[in-house]
Amino acid sequence: MKKYISFFRLRMVMGLQYRVAALSGIVTQFFWGFMEIFALYAFYESNPEAYPMTMEATCAYVWLQQAFLAFFDVWILDGEITESVVNGNVAYELCRPLHIYDMWFARGMANRLSRACLRCIPILLVAGLLPRPYGISLPADGLHFGLFVLSLFLGLTVVVASCTLVYVFSFFTISADGIRILFTSMSELLMGAVIPLPFFPEKIQRVLELLPFAAMQNAALQIYSGNLSGNEMQRALCFQIFWVVMLIAGGKMLCRAAEKKVMIQGG
Amino acid sequence: MKKTDRYKGENRKKSGGVKTEAGTKINAFRLYKHYISVIIRSKMQYKKSFFMYSLGSFLVSFNVFVGILFMFCRFSKVRGFTYSEVLLCYSIVLTAFSLAEIFARGFDTFPKMVRTGSFDRLLLRPRSIVLQVLGSQFEITRFGRLLQAVLLLGYGIWKSDVRWNFEKAVTVVFMIAGGTALFSGFFVIYASLSFFTLEGLEFMNIFTNGLKEYGKYPMGIYGKGLLWIMTFLIPFALVQYYPLLYLLERRSGIGHIFLPLAAGLFLIPCYLLWRYGVRHYQSSGS
Repeated sequence: MKKYISFFRLRMVMGLQYRVAALSGIVTQFFWGFMEIFALYAFYESNPEAYPMTMEATCAYVWLQQAFLAFFDVWILDGEITESVVNGNVAYELCRPLHIYDMWFARGMANRLSRACLRCIPILLVAGLLPRPYGISLPADGLHFGLFVLSLFLGLTVVVASCTLVYVFSFFTISADGIRILFTSMSELLMGAVIPLPFFPEKIQRVLELLPFAAMQNAALQIYSGNLSGNEMQRALCFQIFWVVMLIAGGKMLCRAAEKKVMIQGG
Repeated sequence: MKKTDRYKGENRKKSGGVKTEAGTKINAFRLYKHYISVIIRSKMQYKKSFFMYSLGSFLVSFNVFVGILFMFCRFSKVRGFTYSEVLLCYSIVLTAFSLAEIFARGFDTFPKMVRTGSFDRLLLRPRSIVLQVLGSQFEITRFGRLLQAVLLLGYGIWKSDVRWNFEKAVTVVFMIAGGTALFSGFFVIYASLSFFTLEGLEFMNIFTNGLKEYGKYPMGIYGKGLLWIMTFLIPFALVQYYPLLYLLERRSGIGHIFLPLAAGLFLIPCYLLWRYGVRHYQSSGS
C-alpha cells in the first residue's frame, strides 16, 4: 500500500507544477459555465413551468460541474498510458513489483485530484460572489454537505475506475483511440455532461439512473443543491457504492486476463 | 512489432519513391494527396480501433443533437426560436466547423510540433510551410463527421419552414464559408500562439469547440452583452445570428447576406500573426 501512496504523491506533485495551464483552464471553465447558465436561463424564461429544477439549483449544478471538471471530465485519459501500450513501453511497467491495475488507478486519482485542487477554489470563490440566482450558495446544512463530499469522492472513484477499465481494454485493441472516443462520447451524454440528467425525458431518466454513468457526477451535483434528498438520495448513494465495487472488481479481473495473454509491441 | 515495423518500412519506401520519381517538382495538390494516403494506410493498421473510432466520433456531434432534441421535448421554444430553427442554426455551424477541422486540422496539433522540434524539419523543406502544416494531420473520420453535418443540414433544411429562394440559398452558402474561415482563423491563432508559449493554450478552446458547442443556439438567446461581444470583438454573430434572422425573415435588408463574408476578413490578422510567429521562431532544441 505504501508504494502506491508514494506513487500517488509523486504524480500529485507533478500535476501541481502546471499552474499556467491551470489558469488558462479556469478562464475556459468560466466561459463554459456562463454560456451554460445563459442558455439554461433562456429556456427558464421561455417556459418556467416546464423547468425541472429551481434556477438556483441549476446554477449550483453548473458551477460545481465546472469547479470539479477535473474529477468528472471523461475526456481526460492519460495519453502516456495508452501510448505505452502501442509502443511497448508498458513492458517496463509490467516488470515492476507493483500491480499494474493499482498503479494506473493511483495515477488516475492523483492526476484528477491535483488538477481539481488548483482549479476548484477560484471558481467556487467567484461563483460564490455572483448575485442570486447566478451564483452558488452554501448548502442547506452540515449533513447535506457531508453527504455531498462523500458522493463527490464516490463519483470520482467511479470515473477513475471506468478510465482504468479503458486502459485495460487497450491491451486487447492495441491502439486505444477507438475505445477511448467511444467510451468518452457515450459517457458524456449518459452522465449528464451534455444536458443535466433532470432535463432528460422522464422515462429515459429512470433507465439512466440505473447505469454507472449516473453514478459519476449526477448524484453529487444534485445532492448539493438539495434537488436530490430523502429516499432518492439514499438510493443514488447506494448505486454509487455498488458501481465502485463492481467496476473495480471487474477491472481487476479483466486486467488479470489481459496480463496472461498480453503481447508486447516492440520497436 | 512486426506490424509497426512493416508499416514504417512501407512509408519510407513510398515517400522515397515519390521524391526520386518526381525529380521535377510535384504540384502542391498531389503532395497533399500523398500525405493523406500515407496517413490513411497507417490508420488502417488498427482496424478494430478504427471502426470504434468512427462510431465514437459520430456520437460526439450526435450527442449535441440529442441534447437539443430533449430540451425541445420539454420546452417547445427558446426566446421565440423553435426546434427546427435551432436545428438549422446548429447544422450550419457544425458544417462550417467540420470543414474547418478537415482543412486546418494540422494547425490544431501544431503546438506538439513546436514542442518536439519537428517544426525545424518543415522549415528545411523547399515547400510552403502552410501547406506542410495542413498536410501533417489528416483524419479520415473527420470526413465522416462532415458527412454527418451535411446530413443534419439536409434534415435541418427539410424540417425548417423557411420559404427558400435564391438569396436565401446564397446566404446559407456564405454562412458556411464564413464560418469555415472563422474557425480556421482560430486554429491558426492557436498554432501561432504556441510559437511564444510552446504549450497549446487551453483557453483557445473557447473559440473553437466553445463556439461550435454554444453556436447551436442563435447567439441572441444569450443576452445583449454577449451578442455585442460576438458582433464586434469576435465576429461570430456575423456568420451565425444575423444571417439566420434574415433566413427566418425576422430581418430584411440585402446586407445580411454578405455579413458572413465580412467575417472572413478575420483571416487576415490571423495570417499576419502566423507570419510574425514563424519569423520569431526559436527552436526548442529537442
